[in-house]
Amino acid sequence: MSRHEHTGGPAHAHGHDGYDADPTHRHPPRPDLEDTPLAYHQVMQMAVVSLLVEKGVVSADDMRAQIERMDALTPARGARLVARAWVDGGFRERLLADSKAAAAELGIDLGPIPILVMENTPETHNLVVCTLCSCYPRFLLGLPPDWYKSRSYRSRAVREPRRVLAEFGTDLDPDSRIRVHDSTADMRYMILPMRPAGTEGMSEEALARLVTRDSLIGVAVPRAG
Amino acid sequence: MTGAAPRFAPGARVRVYERFPPGHVRTPWYCRGKTGEIERICGRFRNPEQLAYGNTEAVYEVLYRVGFASRSLWPAYDGCERDRVEIEIYEHWLEPLSGDMT
Repeated sequence: MSRHEHTGGPAHAHGHDGYDADPTHRHPPRPDLEDTPLAYHQVMQMAVVSLLVEKGVVSADDMRAQIERMDALTPARGARLVARAWVDGGFRERLLADSKAAAAELGIDLGPIPILVMENTPETHNLVVCTLCSCYPRFLLGLPPDWYKSRSYRSRAVREPRRVLAEFGTDLDPDSRIRVHDSTADMRYMILPMRPAGTEGMSEEALARLVTRDSLIGVAVPRAG
Repeated sequence: MTGAAPRFAPGARVRVYERFPPGHVRTPWYCRGKTGEIERICGRFRNPEQLAYGNTEAVYEVLYRVGFASRSLWPAYDGCERDRVEIEIYEHWLEPLSGDMT
C-alpha cells in the first residue's frame, strides 16, 4: 500500500504536522460546495444569523436544535395518517375535513401551516407541485426531495403531468382525471393514496410501510409488497 | 383577524387579472388572464406582497383555491379534458365574470 492510500484506517500513520515539508505529499483537492463564491443571499443569511445571535433574539443552540427537529421529521408521519385512514373510515373523513385535528388524534402536530389532504379515487389522481418555489408540508413530512425543487418538475407538473408521472414510472388510466395542486400561497398538501388491492388483513403498521414519500406527493402510488 | 365577507363563493366563475406588477407576487404567470372556478375559500392570510418587504402589519386578504381546466391554461394540452390545475389565489387578483357575482 502506498502511503497515500487512505483506506487503511488506523494504519494511517503519517502525521499532517510538517505537511509542507514534504512536497511529494499531496492530497488531491476535491471540489466542494464551499469553494464557490458566496452568493448575495448566502451573505444576507449569514448576516441575519449573526445579528439574531448577537442581539440575543435566538441562541446558536436554539437554531441548531430547530434544524435538528426539522431534520428529524420524515414521511413516515404522513404514512401513519394514511394507514389509519385506510383502516378507519371515520378517521379518513376527519383527515379530509380537518387534517390538523385528525393528526392530533395520533399525537402528530402538523405545525402552523394548514395542510389539505387530497384523496385519490379510481376516477381522480392528485399531484402536488409548487411552481413558484418549493412549498412542501415540511412540518409533517420533513424536507422535500431535490427533484421537487427543480425547475423541470415545477414547470412540467402543471403543463404535462401525465408525462411527468410516466417518467416516475406511474402510468395513469387515460380516462382518469388529474388534479394538479399548485401550492402557491398559504396551504400545503398531502395526498391520501388509494389502498392497494391485496392488502386485506394487513396490520396498520404494515400498511404504513407501503406508503412512500413519493405517493404522498402524488408521483407514485403505493403497491402491495 | 378582520375584513369584509369573502367576495366569491365556491363555484363562482372568476377571471384572474392580467397584471404584471413588479416585485414579490404569488399569482403564477400561467394563470393570469385565465378563467376558473372557486374551489374553496381557504381563509384569511396576510398579503404576501406586503409581507415580503418586511411589513409585519400586512393586511389580511381572503385566499381562494381556484380550479382551471388544464386545456384552458395550455393550448397544446393533450391530457384528459377534465384535468385541472388548482391554484391558491388572493382575492385582489380575481374579478367576477359578468352575471356571476355573489
